[in-house]
Amino acid sequence: MTDMKQKTAAHDVPEKSVPKRRGGSRLAPLLIVLAGAVVILILSYTLPPFRNYQLATVGAYLCVTAGLTVLTGLNGQLSLGHGALMATGAYAFALAQNKWLSMPVSFVVAIAVTTAAGAVIGLAAARLRGPYLAGLTLAVAIVVPSVTSTFDEVFNSDQGLSVVLDPPPGTIPMERWQVWLCWAGALITVLVLATLVRGRFGRRLRAVRDDETAAKLAGVNIARTQVLAFVVSAVCAGLAGSLFALLAQSVSPGAFPLTLSLFLVMAIVIGGLGSLFGALWGAVLLVALPAFAQSIAEQTGSHRLEGNLALVVFGVVLIVVMLAAPGGLASIRFTFIRRFRRVR
Amino acid sequence: MTSPLLQVEGLTAGYGAAPVLHDVNLTVQPGEIVAVLGANGAGKTTLLRTLSGLVRSSRGSVVFDGADLRSTKVEQMVRRGIAHVPEGRGVVTELTVDENLRLGGLWRRDQADAKRALDEVYELFPALAQRRAFAGHQLSGGERQMLALGRALIGRPRLLLLDEPSLGLAPKITAQIMALLRDLQKRTGLAVLLVEQNVRSALSIADEGVVLALGRVVTRNRASALRDDADLRHAYLGF
Amino acid sequence: MSQFVYLTFDGLSRGAVYAAFALALVLIWRAARIVNFAQGAMAVAAVYAGYSVTNATGSYWLGFVTALVAGLILGVVVERVVMRFVDHSSPLNGVVVALGLVLVIQGVLGMIYGNEFQPVETPFSRDAFQIGDVALLSRYDLFVFAAVGAVVVALTLLFTRTAVGLRMRAAAFAPDVSRLLGVSVGGMLTLGWALAAAVGSLAGMLVVPTELGLHPTAMDVVFISAFTAAVVGGLDSPIGAVTGGLIVGLLLSYVSGYVEPTVAPMAVLLLLVVVLLGRPGGLFSSSKARVA
Repeated sequence: MTDMKQKTAAHDVPEKSVPKRRGGSRLAPLLIVLAGAVVILILSYTLPPFRNYQLATVGAYLCVTAGLTVLTGLNGQLSLGHGALMATGAYAFALAQNKWLSMPVSFVVAIAVTTAAGAVIGLAAARLRGPYLAGLTLAVAIVVPSVTSTFDEVFNSDQGLSVVLDPPPGTIPMERWQVWLCWAGALITVLVLATLVRGRFGRRLRAVRDDETAAKLAGVNIARTQVLAFVVSAVCAGLAGSLFALLAQSVSPGAFPLTLSLFLVMAIVIGGLGSLFGALWGAVLLVALPAFAQSIAEQTGSHRLEGNLALVVFGVVLIVVMLAAPGGLASIRFTFIRRFRRVR
Repeated sequence: MTSPLLQVEGLTAGYGAAPVLHDVNLTVQPGEIVAVLGANGAGKTTLLRTLSGLVRSSRGSVVFDGADLRSTKVEQMVRRGIAHVPEGRGVVTELTVDENLRLGGLWRRDQADAKRALDEVYELFPALAQRRAFAGHQLSGGERQMLALGRALIGRPRLLLLDEPSLGLAPKITAQIMALLRDLQKRTGLAVLLVEQNVRSALSIADEGVVLALGRVVTRNRASALRDDADLRHAYLGF
Repeated sequence: MSQFVYLTFDGLSRGAVYAAFALALVLIWRAARIVNFAQGAMAVAAVYAGYSVTNATGSYWLGFVTALVAGLILGVVVERVVMRFVDHSSPLNGVVVALGLVLVIQGVLGMIYGNEFQPVETPFSRDAFQIGDVALLSRYDLFVFAAVGAVVVALTLLFTRTAVGLRMRAAAFAPDVSRLLGVSVGGMLTLGWALAAAVGSLAGMLVVPTELGLHPTAMDVVFISAFTAAVVGGLDSPIGAVTGGLIVGLLLSYVSGYVEPTVAPMAVLLLLVVVLLGRPGGLFSSSKARVA
């Protein structure tokens, strides 16, 4: 419910601010983000702790879904490995935090590490298309968690690491503090991405997605654009991973299974590819659907439904959306843009 | 006059919303060669593709030997006695010559006759017999045309839909193929609906001609009459 | 030396399974131009079906046959109900839908059987024969070789010697022309999916007892290995898939034996990256770019 309010609030802003032509459209993301910040701030004071925790989780998810939207929706690269990149960010954050106990340093370390990881995967990905790219990133998603067992003296195998956090400043409760941190991350991510996407970088992304040959003829460096898109989305995933570590105050390979990567893909597809609002929708779904499935499972009293029901619901929704949209992914993207234009 | 083998009336068809063919009428009598002529984009290929069901028609009727073809599935056409040699010949380039030819007879109940037909094709086209084990992509254009034609004949069709057999072929080979069609018509009573850009060749063997322009039939007449109609030749056929 | 011999046989045995699984991927790729990312999940579902029957009847072989039949049926259902309606304008569509299937299948299996690893018995001993002090291979390895060998021979005969095989190849290469020649292209596609799913189920039956046991995600790593095998061989090439499978199996076995078992998945990832970037098109195909 609360998330719905937040969404409509975000939707109202462009209607009012956009008619100011170019300058207005430059300002629009900033205004939306500021409005979002206000809404989150109010929510963080009114919601009970558990809802606040969920709200914070939405913020953490929004970081990665926004990045993935740019990669898949705007650049046409499908990554099934972003769960693994989140794990990379989470472990980097945890290790740095436990060593230096300084949150800003830990965030910087996490982002630096995922930038490097994203660049490595992105360099390979830029030369691959379609099922080959999907297969490679799937391999990354499945293989990377096993690294924790190989170097178990660093990563402590399946048990994972606990994350030492400073207590929140003043008398702020932990959950509210988490909401602030997660949403600060999410809103900064959205602002940066929205600005990037509206500029030359965004045009290049779309040009490469729509027609590589034409983009090449227009002087766009295809490989560089694709690697850059991958790195940007990897950084977002790394930030999201750090926020997950911060939320759970621990990291373990079990928190980043293959299904997480698949859920992320599902979230951006259902949210509507290529739009940052779609990414928000996706992030909300990622928190709301499992919670919904969980409550059904609890009502029926079957512990086998727990977790598994969410999987089935996600899977069915994903298949239905893909089959119902004529043209598949591409049409999901375009219908959303059209819908968005109509709103404006 | 006997009842026509193929009777097309008011046929309208195309891809998506805009029709390519408008209200097309034509008939093919048993054992007759009908040439469909017209410039690029006149709808000749679409006409053949509609007749064999690859393109959906929106209006009109297509009756073949008393049966409605519009409700017949593409896979069933060959069982009705219609063979379609598509534009670009439709040789499956990954398969060998022999496999391509056998593919043409797989649907038949009478496998003994399919085998006989296969041998006849090899007799008719000795070049193919020498290249049984070659893959389709290793053949020359003329050989591919022979292969596509031979594969169609293995079904012992009553009507052959033939799309641009002369495309990309040397004049000598085109002439051979036209002569072969004429010969088949005489020997077996095969009817042919022949789509051609090469008007001279087509009219040299056709009994009837149908001229298409922008998806409409502008003229239907005896082939000899079309050959002699100077105005029509200039206006639609470009010679 | 004796370790090398043992690891080689072990690698070939694993490789045979990957070969079968890769072959299943190639079958569908050739028929539908889709990499079936749901194949692992489908195979696990079939193995669960076999496992249920074995548990109920006490007969491994009844379960074995059940798994293959279940695979066949699952292949038909997946193609007819879902994959047939996927839009092919972008190759990503098929991938995403297959991933949706993975979620559904794993979720349903978890609901029915729970998310604990179930131990699965092998029909033959896994103790290796010894010659002197050199361990060679076990009865179960022999069974794996025989089963995969039989599948390879059967598929080869099917595709090269039978009318159905000719129809299937024609339908894959030239659907429109095949329809004009009376081939039911849709039927051939369904058949291709059914066969591939059955072969995948066989691979599942063979590999699951040798690993941690039965679990909804039991085939995830196997899928990656088999995908790597198919890519090493070139997605279009059945011979390549078999060779690729054996290469990946040997690699995994040597890395597990000489370095560390936990490094093995990384070795596969590395091989995948090297092949994808260094040898586009795989070892057995001539295409240039991975644009599929």
